Amino acid sequence: MNENNINTQPAILSIENLSIAYDKDKLAVKNVSATIEKNSITAIMGPSGCGKTTLLRAINRMHELYPNISTTGIIKLSNDNIYEMSTIKLRRKIGMVFQRPNPFPTLSIYDNVVAGYKMNDIHLKRLERDEIVETSLRDVTLWDEVKDSLHKKGTFLSGGQQQRLCIARALAFKPDVILLDEPTSALDPVATAKIEDLLVDLKKQYTIVLVTHNMSQAARISDNSMFMYMGELIEYEDTKTMFTNPKDKRTEGYLTGKFG
Amino acid sequence: MGIVNKHTKINRADIYPDHFGRRKFKNNLFLGTVIFFSLITISFVFLIIGTLVVKGYHQINWAFFTQTPPDTFTAMMAKSSGQLIPGGIINGITGTLYLVAIASLIAIPFGILIGIYLYENSSKRYASFIRDITDVLQGVPSIVVGLIVYLWVVVHITRGYSVLAGSTALAIMMLPLIIRSTEEAMKMIPDTLKEAAIALGTPYYKVVLRVLIPTSFSGIMTGILLAISRIMGETAPLMLTTLGNPAINWNITKPVSAVPLLIWQFYNDPNMVDLIWSSTLFLMGFVLILNLLAKWIAAKRNF
Ligand SMILES: Nc1ncnc2c1ncn2[C@@H]1O[C@H](COP(=O)(O)OP(=O)(O)O)[C@@H](O)[C@H]1O
Ligand SMILES: [Mg+2]
Repeated sequence: MNENNINTQPAILSIENLSIAYDKDKLAVKNVSATIEKNSITAIMGPSGCGKTTLLRAINRMHELYPNISTTGIIKLSNDNIYEMSTIKLRRKIGMVFQRPNPFPTLSIYDNVVAGYKMNDIHLKRLERDEIVETSLRDVTLWDEVKDSLHKKGTFLSGGQQQRLCIARALAFKPDVILLDEPTSALDPVATAKIEDLLVDLKKQYTIVLVTHNMSQAARISDNSMFMYMGELIEYEDTKTMFTNPKDKRTEGYLTGKFG
Repeated sequence: MGIVNKHTKINRADIYPDHFGRRKFKNNLFLGTVIFFSLITISFVFLIIGTLVVKGYHQINWAFFTQTPPDTFTAMMAKSSGQLIPGGIINGITGTLYLVAIASLIAIPFGILIGIYLYENSSKRYASFIRDITDVLQGVPSIVVGLIVYLWVVVHITRGYSVLAGSTALAIMMLPLIIRSTEEAMKMIPDTLKEAAIALGTPYYKVVLRVLIPTSFSGIMTGILLAISRIMGETAPLMLTTLGNPAINWNITKPVSAVPLLIWQFYNDPNMVDLIWSSTLFLMGFVLILNLLAKWIAAKRNF
């Protein structure tokens, strides 16, 4: 098992011997251990079905929505075992962005950004709320595009704008970590580039874990990369090293397009 | 290339002129039949509405919406001197609205809750049992519902015909429609929307209240409106549960009138025949508007 070699930053997440099975016997994630640096972008790569989504969802315990799933091992968020925290608190500290943009169709752009507060009856003063909406939308470079139509439905936006709105929604809680599961797979190259740029900007304030099926995306924006294969974490390196000098044959095979 | 072109340019009619002609004839015959029958159906609907309008509009005036029906003698006197029948059906209109309101108050929360339960537990044995029961309930003749409610509510609870009994009967008839439309509307919601809310640290009951219900609102609302328009014209169960009332009544334990009950009463009184048409026109108009409203809301789906 490879440990993270280059720890230039303190760790914010540490995954220890994590195994996950949807049904008995068949492990989707096999004994994964890794630490994730604060203020970095960590990419998770690997062929489809290798367990990327499952691992990612284990970090904010969204994988527990599947009733028969079983998990062993632990994940720590700055020294707190997340499996001993309430999922409600945890998910406010670890935000998530999904593969397809999923703004709430009944809510305006404004309300979508503060949806986390509204859904949970967390009352904010008007000014505070305006402030959160503006900062979050500025953080995702959407503010200038929507500032005159904040009270229109979020679903009127283009796909790329919707996805940035969903990132803003995750940022509104000022989480420690943001998890993104192939966030650009449904978007065109221009919209993808915008999101890549803003992710690089966001890592100054947040820690980002990004599942991607797109190797060049990982190469462009990530600091560290994981390569998973059949549930195992095969290799975990800083991105440059992994792309220039992969240690494992399977990583090399994947990066050179031999499979996946 | 040339061969392919030749092939595609060959007309079937050149090879089988006779066969082709027959097929064309069959086609036209079929099309003609379809148009003929659909025209019959359409004209039937317009005939109904047209008859109601022609026969009913005279009596629709201010008094129609503000007064109770006259006694049969007054009606006879008015008719024999060639005047309109005085009075209206305000007791029936208020009664119908009252019955529908109480029935909705009972059926909507139950229906939505059961619908959500079915959606959340769609594969459980108990859920499919409930679903079967709902289907059975939908098929129970309204007179049977009326009889059962008579036995439960009229005999044991209100000790007499009452608004409560009528509303209970109507609520039972509304339930299956609301349950089904709630479940179906929720099934349309993509899972990713639920996940978005859960990932924001939202407890599940708030996901239901803040995401599932608002997002499926138009579907649920459509079901409710169709359920209401279905029960508004029900007569048989009301005869067994609310009986009728010559005056306006707001007491929930007392008998009440309803538009379809009045239509039945007018039918049985030769002096009142003119009021049948105007009352029916009113009922039909109301139901038609509810249906159009339901269609309009259904078209305004959120995603
Ligand atoms: N809901 C589920 N129920 C059962 N098995 C699942 C479920 N989701 C994923 N799996 C299985 O778990 C493994 C990992 O899936 P996933 O984490 O989605 O992979 P990836 O995101 O890398 O494509 C796959 O073998 C997949 O078939
Ligand atoms: Mg995946």
